[in-house]
Amino acid sequence: MNKIAVNTNGSARGEAKSMTDTIIDMRDVRKSYRTGKVSFEALKGIDCLVKRGEFVGVVGPSGSGKSTLMNLMGCLDIPTTGEYYLEGQLVNKMTPNQLADVRNRTVGFVFQAFNLLPYATAYENVEVPLLFARVSSRKRRERVAELLSRVGLADKMANKPTEMSGGEMQRVAIARALANEPDIILADEPTGNLDSKSGEAIVSLFDELHQAGKTIVMITHDMNIAKHGERIIRIKDGLIQTNGDLS
Amino acid sequence: MNFTMMYNLFVRDFRKQKKRITLTLVALAWGTMSIMLLLAFGEGLHRQMSLNQRGLGSNLAVMWGGQTTKPFKGLGKGRPIRFLKEDPEYIAERIPELKHVAGEYHRWGVTVRYGDEVLSEHVTGIHPSFEEMRYHLPQVGGRMINQIDMEKRRRVAFLGWDLNERLFGDEDPIGKQILVNDMPFTVVGVMAEKMQTNSYSGMDEDNLAIPSTTFKAVFGDPWLDNIVYQPYDKADMPHIERQLFEVLGAKYKFDPTDERALSIWDVVASQQEFTNIMIGIKMFLGIIGSLTLLIAGVGVANIMYVSIKERTREIGIKMAVGARRSLILSQFLVEALMITFTGGALGMAISYALTEGFKRMPVNPGTADVLEFMGRPTVSFEIGMAVIIILGAMGLLSGLFPAMRAASVNPVESLRYE
Repeated sequence: MNKIAVNTNGSARGEAKSMTDTIIDMRDVRKSYRTGKVSFEALKGIDCLVKRGEFVGVVGPSGSGKSTLMNLMGCLDIPTTGEYYLEGQLVNKMTPNQLADVRNRTVGFVFQAFNLLPYATAYENVEVPLLFARVSSRKRRERVAELLSRVGLADKMANKPTEMSGGEMQRVAIARALANEPDIILADEPTGNLDSKSGEAIVSLFDELHQAGKTIVMITHDMNIAKHGERIIRIKDGLIQTNGDLS
Repeated sequence: MNFTMMYNLFVRDFRKQKKRITLTLVALAWGTMSIMLLLAFGEGLHRQMSLNQRGLGSNLAVMWGGQTTKPFKGLGKGRPIRFLKEDPEYIAERIPELKHVAGEYHRWGVTVRYGDEVLSEHVTGIHPSFEEMRYHLPQVGGRMINQIDMEKRRRVAFLGWDLNERLFGDEDPIGKQILVNDMPFTVVGVMAEKMQTNSYSGMDEDNLAIPSTTFKAVFGDPWLDNIVYQPYDKADMPHIERQLFEVLGAKYKFDPTDERALSIWDVVASQQEFTNIMIGIKMFLGIIGSLTLLIAGVGVANIMYVSIKERTREIGIKMAVGARRSLILSQFLVEALMITFTGGALGMAISYALTEGFKRMPVNPGTADVLEFMGRPTVSFEIGMAVIIILGAMGLLSGLFPAMRAASVNPVESLRYE
């Protein structure tokens, strides 16, 4: 009952944090895309909860709706119907600016294709979210240096993406995702473009982050990697198949 | 948004689309140049032509007697109004706003002789105040007719420079005797050359001017041909005109509302008219220039559209890490403005250099060459400001629509974009 009261009062974000351990709360969420006259339903009614501090793996065949789910969780997109509460706030009703701020501060994204700005150095790429958050230049310098050394790239600050290996690029992307101390890290096939060795290194970095208390949702097609999570969500044809503990 | 990042984006973009951006910059520079040079020509023309107009004199009016068209105090209409030699003084006493009032006589076909040279010329009887009112400035070595000449009715002559050349050739005329209708006159000065494009009774370069008192004594004309006057403040002109009708109406008994009784040519009013025509011409030139610049603006918009298409993914990335739409919008707007002003600055620099070059070309007064009429193109502060404002507006317009498209990009789709 308590939770519902908080949920309906969308502005009480701080209150929500203190009163509930649920970060992601999706209720009968559907998402359909329209291409011309054809409408395609990518998610067909998702109910999903993610608790603070959890490490959840999301698996499913391609076209199952994993990435759509991830985009909704990260507020890159909003549900067609259903309700999505992020930290107790109803995402459906957020303005574009509020969504941008959520992506900036509450969520950190890690993509399969890294998605770094190609002309910018590692330092500048990590700095971008801090710029958007209007962090002072002195604090930015400290923070970027701290983040890059945390992912083991203290000596590659001035390198551009073209001068780095895939594993290194993904570390920069993780550092960028962590920039504004988000509550949750969303990773969409973070090892998909990496060889197995760099992939393992990235996964163990996620393990470290989890141990340090971060909430992580990671999409993968690799069961071995998914097993790093405490729980696995299986998706098929836009519906959740299993939503339970790892067994 | 920090500046280095904007700058880096711009530089990177420039490298990627070197040819396209260079062409656009050339188009912008060209457009800026055409608008700037056209306006500069207009300004030069305006300045030169008002300078030429001042050859007659500035802020003055010429008044002739007319004919009454209304019966007044028992007097019928159709009565001519003529001025007597004491009228200028009479007017000056009653209208204190006037700085100078002077009568003038004219006589054409007067025989002027020096040595073997016999000419038939225009003689004017003038007043020393013509030096200031009508720019009768003496060349070095001579003088204008002065007050003592007036009082003593001296037989002295002040020659137009063209008449001087015809009469004396290369000889120094000062102090020489000439015969005017067989009466000896001493040449005291020659008028400095000036550009004169309007007149009411022949050009000053051909005049033989003598004191009006001498003129009256020698030729015996009963009436002044016209009166020339100049106020302290040219804003008083219309008010003075009304007063003249009152004052002279009282003296010569005509209805002050009878517009045909006096005929007045207010040079100030025609200067205003001229200024308005020049403003029209300058606006026309400005519009032609703006249209040229507009084409360059289309180029900027085109380049922005291409650049945004190529950077769709980058826009998606920025949105994914928390960029608001307004930030994306302003980034592309700033970029469009940067391109516009770079091209504009180039064009302005070239135009400035060209007009400076024109300034160094000599203008020879009196030789009637093209520059004497057209003047030299001049870049004024106002022109610079106008061009900057037009460039800014164009940069904003040509950047706004592409930038709005960039900001409306869907982050999910743009991240998928390759």
